[in-house]
Amino acid sequence: MKLTFAIQGGDFIHAGHPSSEVKKVLKQLNIDNKIIKNVVIALYEAEVNVVAHAYSGTVNVEIDENKITILVTDEGPGIPDIDLAMKPGYSTASKSVQEMGFGAGMGLPNIKKNTDEMWLETEVGKGTKVKMLNYFS
Amino acid sequence: MKLREIAAVLNATISCGAEKLDEEVEMGYSSDLMSDVLTLDTDNLVLITGLVNLQAIRTAEMADIRAIVFVRNKKVNQSMVKLAHENGMCLLESPYSLFKSSGLLFQAGLKPIY
Repeated sequence: MKLTFAIQGGDFIHAGHPSSEVKKVLKQLNIDNKIIKNVVIALYEAEVNVVAHAYSGTVNVEIDENKITILVTDEGPGIPDIDLAMKPGYSTASKSVQEMGFGAGMGLPNIKKNTDEMWLETEVGKGTKVKMLNYFS
Repeated sequence: MKLREIAAVLNATISCGAEKLDEEVEMGYSSDLMSDVLTLDTDNLVLITGLVNLQAIRTAEMADIRAIVFVRNKKVNQSMVKLAHENGMCLLESPYSLFKSSGLLFQAGLKPIY
């Protein structure tokens, strides 16, 4: 099964819609609740990253029998120092993002924590790709 | 602790999910920072927050949190109620501060996560 969603930079009203849809699908597939929570928290964090930092983005979800793979691609500023961005507490989020309740520098580390595998590819001035994989058992 | 008791202790009004008031929650977590809420491994909890926006509801949805108390006399809006209702959540509004609400609930037996 494949699902695709668009994300708009700065749009905090619709942030979380893709995660919500993925949650519904996984529930229908009777996936373990703990695994669903891991998947949707990781995706929601990735969505918030795009909304907070990038101009636009796309979520591509692929679900098969034993795993879910999610690719979040954005057009944005990219990440100059990945090691620094992966460090809990390091944030470049604006004040307006912090006022929304985010931007504490926990996004990328929390994606790593909630996924079985995570890949990050970024190019400064172009954008970032985050690929997340969770197994169902 | 039943949600009904939480509402009574906090002198709270119920803006969504009145039918959930007999559900039990064991723990509480107070934060205006959703980034921190998303790092919790627990889900049988009530979130106590002064952050009144749609993302507070979204965060609770992703983290499997069934009840939120909005403190400091903040009022939820229609789109928040709609999203909470779709997800079977209970929303309470308390006139008390985050500190006072947390203190009263702790005193009444609601447990901290850490």
